[in-house]
Amino acid sequence: MAERPKKTFLYLNRKAPYGTIYALESLEVVLIGAAFEQDVSLAFLDDGVFQIVEGQDASALGMKNFSKTYRALGDFEVRKLYVERESLAERGLSEADLMPIMWEDEDEDYAEKPSIRLVDRSEMTRLIGAADVVLSF
Amino acid sequence: MSTLHTVNKSPFERGSMASAFAHAVEGDAVLMIEDGVLGARKTGAFSPTITGRSGAVSIYALGPDLAARGVKAEDVADGVTIVGYDGFVDLAATHDRVCAWL
Repeated sequence: MAERPKKTFLYLNRKAPYGTIYALESLEVVLIGAAFEQDVSLAFLDDGVFQIVEGQDASALGMKNFSKTYRALGDFEVRKLYVERESLAERGLSEADLMPIMWEDEDEDYAEKPSIRLVDRSEMTRLIGAADVVLSF
Repeated sequence: MSTLHTVNKSPFERGSMASAFAHAVEGDAVLMIEDGVLGARKTGAFSPTITGRSGAVSIYALGPDLAARGVKAEDVADGVTIVGYDGFVDLAATHDRVCAWL
């Protein structure tokens, strides 16, 4: 069977974790989608930036703390996590409040490289307009 | 390469509509559906935003959702085009991608 051209998928994450199921569902769909070897990017904007904040502890809620899963995304070749700078600033957050999410570059002796890329709103707008498919959560 | 942005939440309850407009560029379209149509009222607080952007961005509201919520055609802000389900399909087909603001 002829190989189909890769499509670019952008997962738009705009909701905080735990309050609704969107964040967890998005993560599950991303992991499923990664198996199909497409070009996958994640975008975090609005309250979605809270999904990758460091120091989450959901133990008292009786819910699974799934924030550690974001750190495994690199192993699934999901290496582009775009975070909107304005959304962070509006919520009193900075890059220092985010989890370190890295991927290993096998071409450079498995050097760890950051997956998180801070972008401003105009760049986020450009990314939406450049994706073949936008999946919203 | 243009994007159809859909908004299904009231702008008085959530920031989805504001985010959609903040990420829409010239040539894009914004379609208000479900509770999103509540932002289309001419006398509402969101109407200046709609009218202000209606030159660069094409703005639509789904007629059946307006009717269900008692918003009459004459109550809809200037710059908003009312479409039916067939118009929704046409918009999805004539843009390169659909971006839902939930």
